[in-house]
Amino acid sequence: MINKIADSIAQALSGTKDGSTVLVGGFGTAGIPSELIEGLIETGARDLTVVNNNAGNGEHGMAALLKAGRVRKIICSFPRQADSYIFDGLYQSGKVELELVPQGNLAERIRAAGAGIGGFFTPTGYGTDLAKLPNGEPKETRLINGKHYVFELPIHADLALIKAEKGDRWGNLVYRKAARNFGPVMAMAAKKTVASVHEVVALGELDPESIVTPGIFVHQVVRIERVATVAGGIKS
Amino acid sequence: MSAIKRDKQALARRVAQDIHEGMTVNLGIGMPTLVANYIAPELEVLLHSENGILGMGAAPAPGQEDYDLINAGKQPVTLKAGGAFFHHADSFSMMRGGHLDICVLGAFQVSVHGDLANWHTGEADAIPAVGGAMDLAIGAKQTWVMMDLLTKKGQSKVVKACTYPLTGIACVKRIYTDLCTLECTPKGLKLIDMVEGLERKALSELLGLELH
Repeated sequence: MINKIADSIAQALSGTKDGSTVLVGGFGTAGIPSELIEGLIETGARDLTVVNNNAGNGEHGMAALLKAGRVRKIICSFPRQADSYIFDGLYQSGKVELELVPQGNLAERIRAAGAGIGGFFTPTGYGTDLAKLPNGEPKETRLINGKHYVFELPIHADLALIKAEKGDRWGNLVYRKAARNFGPVMAMAAKKTVASVHEVVALGELDPESIVTPGIFVHQVVRIERVATVAGGIKS
Repeated sequence: MSAIKRDKQALARRVAQDIHEGMTVNLGIGMPTLVANYIAPELEVLLHSENGILGMGAAPAPGQEDYDLINAGKQPVTLKAGGAFFHHADSFSMMRGGHLDICVLGAFQVSVHGDLANWHTGEADAIPAVGGAMDLAIGAKQTWVMMDLLTKKGQSKVVKACTYPLTGIACVKRIYTDLCTLECTPKGLKLIDMVEGLERKALSELLGLELH
């Protein structure tokens, strides 16, 4: 019997190694796997490369992971926020490395990894400072049918932490509204994908026409509580 | 100069005049968001939000906020009937693939050739953050900029060549400002309109650029 439902977050995240590359879903208040990030801190894994749209805010979640000194490098599109002071301090004192990637290139580099693509040419960022490698050398470019493109590599990961709405024991997932964001592409790109869900349902309960992430991309599913708002979303 | 400037609301109204039935539009964070308030309600215009929404509606009533349903600026929004959710790679495919009609963005500078600078001041101690700016700039069929024409020091933000780090090259089609509306053409800047009390010559002097 295939059963990907984990008893606890600790069980789902056991075996996380130092030096791992970890994809973390979420955008704004939607789809952040906060409980799994806390679980990642509990594992004690260090020297991590973390891939997320942002670089944490306030004191919790990603910011707490950074504060605990577990992150060597962050790959993201938008680190600067009103309350991203933990990242800001670490970055300015040279304690964390930053690779800034345009948001669409970030999503596509992750998707490419999951889809087995060795790299791709994108028009985004051509002629800008982000069309440079970390060492300052220009990235490879190509003129295709009169349009300029930059060559981008996939982002493969050891672990993906994502938040979905419902899941079953085969790992099939559906999401809720804009909380879907990076979840489906991140699930594809990691050796191990752990999804938190608010509801575990029996096989066959999810409409097969509507399953967003098929279970093949998911390795562990953990149920978490929801503190619902009037509108049905999670409390921010 | 006796010109009567367009305030933010008037500028948003001016941009909205050029958005027509059936268009798919992405409104950038900040001032461009105001444009949504001036799109005539009888028009079916689809608003795209890069975090994965097409058919975005107005802000919810107080108490009805759903933090799983937010826009790119991370503010709660609603979904219109017929709206859809999708993941980030699909969302940016809508942009990069040229499926959006219009994208409206703020800017630090725009060059006469339509080069855009809106993501980074280039200051050494500034923490860079780009988000979807570069994807948006080059993705839509038309990229429009919405901004004040002059900096607080009175310098034109429409320039011969951008001095701030670039977001995209030759990507801006139209520039809507508090004083005028301009179009970037292969021949240079074309004047579409200007506010009452402003004259072509005075505007050209403010810009330090020729108008066609």
